[in-house]
Amino acid sequence: MAPLPLALPFAALEVGQHLYWQLGNYKIHGQVFLSSWVVIGALLAVVVVGTRRLERDPKGVQNLLEFLWDYLRDIAREYIGEKAYRDWLPFIGTLFLFIFVSNWGGALIPWKLIHLPSGELGAPTADINTTIALALLVSLAYFYAGLSRKGFRYFEYYVEPTPIMLPFKIVEDFTKPLSLSFRLFGNILADELVVAVLAFLVPLVVPLPVMFLGLFTSAIQALIFATLAAYYIGEAVHEEHH
Amino acid sequence: MDSLTSAASVVAAGLAVGLGSIGPGIGQGSASQGAVEGIARQPEAEGKIRGTLLLSLAFMESLTIYGLVVALVLLFANPFS
Repeated sequence: MAPLPLALPFAALEVGQHLYWQLGNYKIHGQVFLSSWVVIGALLAVVVVGTRRLERDPKGVQNLLEFLWDYLRDIAREYIGEKAYRDWLPFIGTLFLFIFVSNWGGALIPWKLIHLPSGELGAPTADINTTIALALLVSLAYFYAGLSRKGFRYFEYYVEPTPIMLPFKIVEDFTKPLSLSFRLFGNILADELVVAVLAFLVPLVVPLPVMFLGLFTSAIQALIFATLAAYYIGEAVHEEHH
Repeated sequence: MDSLTSAASVVAAGLAVGLGSIGPGIGQGSASQGAVEGIARQPEAEGKIRGTLLLSLAFMESLTIYGLVVALVLLFANPFS
């Protein structure tokens, strides 16, 4: 994973350089863990503060949390369906909030002020390992959803409407996590790269519109990931009406 | 890495993004056209149309992103170096 020996310092952005921690036989990317812990800590703090003293007419943080809950419930209900969405709302909501706060945290928190011996801090979702882990969780979730709700009748889905679809449906099980993880990883890394290259060329003012575009696309990507996860789960629990 | 491999990788990275963005560009254009026509015909359905449009735009966008991932692999994690 050595970067190309470029003559110019490539916008001080270190792709492929990591802060390695040794854990048993594994080398893990320490900077991803550090920024993920910051994201998880921030989310936990907001939720604990918002739900500590619940009031009948919500104000402040509680109001924000109730708005988020409504929003996520609408996504889950629209794509999973009225019957099963309650079981999967926590999963979809956690995915959305973690990805959203990771993406925005990578752009908004001034990580560059903290110097690491190697690699640099940034959005946890700009590392392919994070996104692949999230995408595989989604795969496990929809298999579990389908099998627990329908038992082995779940596999009828593979031969519906005709058995000719069987190979395509099997390939789809592999392309779903692949496209989920690559889409999120590519978008977030591309945002960070574009901002870094522009900031390297013109340090002032010019990168600002691109940064706003980056915030917009990061929010959309979080929504896309959550929506697709809900859609896949909904597809697995969907009952054909004969 | 020898210079031929580096040159080929840089050219290939450029082509991957450049060629890979043609198709999704056309597709996003026609999808937005359909959405605008839909909103013009039925302004009350704007919210639903916008949601669907954003979702399908993101699907098309991801095709370009695959090209970008290939380009990034060629530049920063080249398997032939």
